Amino acid sequence: MDATTGTAPPRAAAAARLAGPLRPLWPFLLLLAIGLAMPLTGNEYWGLITTRMAIYWVLVAGLNLIVGYAGQLAIGYVALLAIGAYTTSVLAAGNVLPPLPAFAALGVAGLAGAVFGVVVGLPALRLRTFYFAMTTLGFATIVTQITLAWQDVTGGGIGIAGPMLPAPFDTTWGFLYFCLGFAAICTWLTANIARSRFGRALVAVRDAEVAAEASGIHKPKLLVLVFILAGALAAMAGGLFATLQTYITPDAFTFDLSLLFFIAVLIGGRGSILGPLLGTAILTVLPEIAAPLAAWSTFLYAALLLVIVLAMPGGIAALIDPRNRRNLPENRVIGPQPAALDALLGRREVPAPLTLRGIVLAFGGVRAIDGVDLEVTPGQVHGLIGPNGSGKTTTLNVISGYYRPEAGSMAIGPAPLPAGKPQGRAGLRIARTFQTPRLIGEASVLENVMIGGTTDGRTGFAEALLALPRQRQEEREFEARARLALEAVGLAGLAEARADRLQHSELRFMEIARALMLRPAFLLLDEPAAGLSTEEIRRLGALIRGISRHGTGVLLVEHHADLIFDICDQVTVLNLGKVLAAGTPAEIRVHKEVVSAYLGA
Amino acid sequence: MLASIIASGLAVGAVYALIGITYNTMFATSRVMSFTAGQLGMLGGVFGSLFTLRLGLPILPALVLTLACCALIGVVTEIVAVRPVLKSLDQHLYVLTTLAVALLIQHMTAMEWSTEPQPFPRLLDLGSGIWDEKYWLPVAVCILTILGLEYLYRRTLVGRAFVAIAEDNFAARALGLPERNLRIASYALAGAIGALAGFAGGQLLLAFFANGPLLNFYGFIPVALGGLGNNRGAVIGGFLLGLFQQAANFLVGGIFSSVAVFTLFIIVLLAAPQGMFGAQAARRV
Repeated sequence: MDATTGTAPPRAAAAARLAGPLRPLWPFLLLLAIGLAMPLTGNEYWGLITTRMAIYWVLVAGLNLIVGYAGQLAIGYVALLAIGAYTTSVLAAGNVLPPLPAFAALGVAGLAGAVFGVVVGLPALRLRTFYFAMTTLGFATIVTQITLAWQDVTGGGIGIAGPMLPAPFDTTWGFLYFCLGFAAICTWLTANIARSRFGRALVAVRDAEVAAEASGIHKPKLLVLVFILAGALAAMAGGLFATLQTYITPDAFTFDLSLLFFIAVLIGGRGSILGPLLGTAILTVLPEIAAPLAAWSTFLYAALLLVIVLAMPGGIAALIDPRNRRNLPENRVIGPQPAALDALLGRREVPAPLTLRGIVLAFGGVRAIDGVDLEVTPGQVHGLIGPNGSGKTTTLNVISGYYRPEAGSMAIGPAPLPAGKPQGRAGLRIARTFQTPRLIGEASVLENVMIGGTTDGRTGFAEALLALPRQRQEEREFEARARLALEAVGLAGLAEARADRLQHSELRFMEIARALMLRPAFLLLDEPAAGLSTEEIRRLGALIRGISRHGTGVLLVEHHADLIFDICDQVTVLNLGKVLAAGTPAEIRVHKEVVSAYLGA
Repeated sequence: MLASIIASGLAVGAVYALIGITYNTMFATSRVMSFTAGQLGMLGGVFGSLFTLRLGLPILPALVLTLACCALIGVVTEIVAVRPVLKSLDQHLYVLTTLAVALLIQHMTAMEWSTEPQPFPRLLDLGSGIWDEKYWLPVAVCILTILGLEYLYRRTLVGRAFVAIAEDNFAARALGLPERNLRIASYALAGAIGALAGFAGGQLLLAFFANGPLLNFYGFIPVALGGLGNNRGAVIGGFLLGLFQQAANFLVGGIFSSVAVFTLFIIVLLAAPQGMFGAQAARRV
């Protein structure tokens, strides 16, 4: 970094761009160099261990996206290793079909792994965490039993010979180099996903599922893509594993291995690539350097798992993350920048108004909303006030699709707005914030904001996997837009900070920035002023006014009557789920029933 | 032959149901599904064999000691793996901590006891053929346990306190119920129930460390099918599973019967994630 940070031109700011999961690069290069230098030791045994480490990492790299990024507790991943190992071995041995060359067999194994990766993962789309963990364990048991029983193909308990790779990969060192190269490619591929909008969406699904939905992230679609990738990598690791073992039996695929893969990710820490890589290396080497421990390896892994979860939930990644140590400036002030808002929102076509007609929704016997009519006009701020339990937030949740009303209709202009479907709202440019900020604590503020633009992503998963130019261009645009949004709400200085280190008031503005990322036609704010100081409320008011003046229709749920009467063009008052009054702030302020029911004398 | 399928089906079904109740008992007071449930069942068999055959104790003291040991392990589980992660229940860390404790138990047993199945003694020496005690004993114990739990939950103050905690943790605490002590007590109770399952089914399953994960999985299925926290659902689900499994065992052979059970389990769960008698998920927004 140069010393002129304070006046750094925008180009320099872009050069300091968000730290990808491969930054800094030197630890990865160092590990690779150690692996490549192994032949110099002349010790073939350590060569084999390094090879095994590289193979395990191929699997863990994919699993890391599922466990570390998406937070899905897939424990029985040894099943996919076994599927890959047997597919490769059987195809290369030719005891079912004519024998295939080893590389072709490896490729087919990758395809099989992709399919079974989805099969193993499907329950995650519908079931709760413990259920999913259980089904992956069950799957691992079943696969082992099938390999035992299907003797004609797998050789049953006697086993089957692993495939031989052609020269020059048929020696210890040749095979080591092949596996290292393959592992390096896998590292690069998964890092590409991790730093793309797909990686951010995975973390969002893990830590802030509701906000992810509101940002238009489709969890099942996203997870299936990642299951395909992780399954293919795991199965190819299996093929290499069979080559390394030279001979495989069902005994080779014990639950211990599953545990090793899973714990490697957890030791490494969530949302990191270097951490799980180190975790894999440590867990592979540990039983080797402490030979008496070999029989106790499961015990050791289990104890490690317990200690990590209880004592250092962040894993290795938290220890090596420099963002944890850097102090944030004290006495920071949130200073929204209207100019940035201009640049971000610009001049747009004024959309049609958002209308609600006769919305009814009951929870059990309680009519939470009972025939609410509402019209949010573009370019205006519409206040929604009322006592606690009057149905304000429920109305917001109906608009953003979390609740399906029992009666009534919603529309934007002439086009009806379908009930339910929260993931579809971002595509319709309806953005929102939440009463309790929903954030991804471990991600940077910038990344949190970039989540908001996910629905605008045009490049596909494959493009992200290979980091093709069009995808990198799109990422740069996302980042620029997110920086503008942060500047607009006044948090530009905190873009690189971890979100969980921010103060409550800053989180409220960060949520607005995330919503602005969408360049929303309608913005739904759920008590944005709660917990803010008087000065901050004043700035918030100016910001909301500014947003509405760029053509966005704002629906503001709030308890601060002063803020409402200051900035709203229209106010609707709810009481017991019904509209008590609607009109301009001046009319509402003197409305008799409102004053007695809510505002007080 | 049909009779022997039914006899063995009901017997293993009863063991699965008891493990299911073990899950439910822990879940009720803590909202935690614990991987240790199956291990407690396994330990029931191992401790039973240890106290009777290796140490030569009579049946009754051996049973009492087995129950006490497993109850203690239940309490240790609560302290080590459950209490520390209750604050952040939504992060599902308990899946990891209880899995770790379960593996510690399992591996410890493998190293210190035996990696081979060990014999379990005949307890009462009653009956033969399909009326052998190894078939009807688990069923009888399952029925007695259910009756005992019903009595506990409906007729005793402590039992009602359990129900109150299970129903609404916050309200129960606000009423001044000693939530933590009740939770510990429920983990001790769960340990004893799991031990009972292993002890009663010892002659069928033997004293074998690898029964842990097996019981864990097959004991979870009735819970998943019957709905979390629903003991009656667990009993019905357990017996159905036992009968289905033994029938499949007989018709298509052991390995494909576990494939059949697993496939059916996944399909039913995907169709009805809440189970047959379960409650709807909570609101999220």
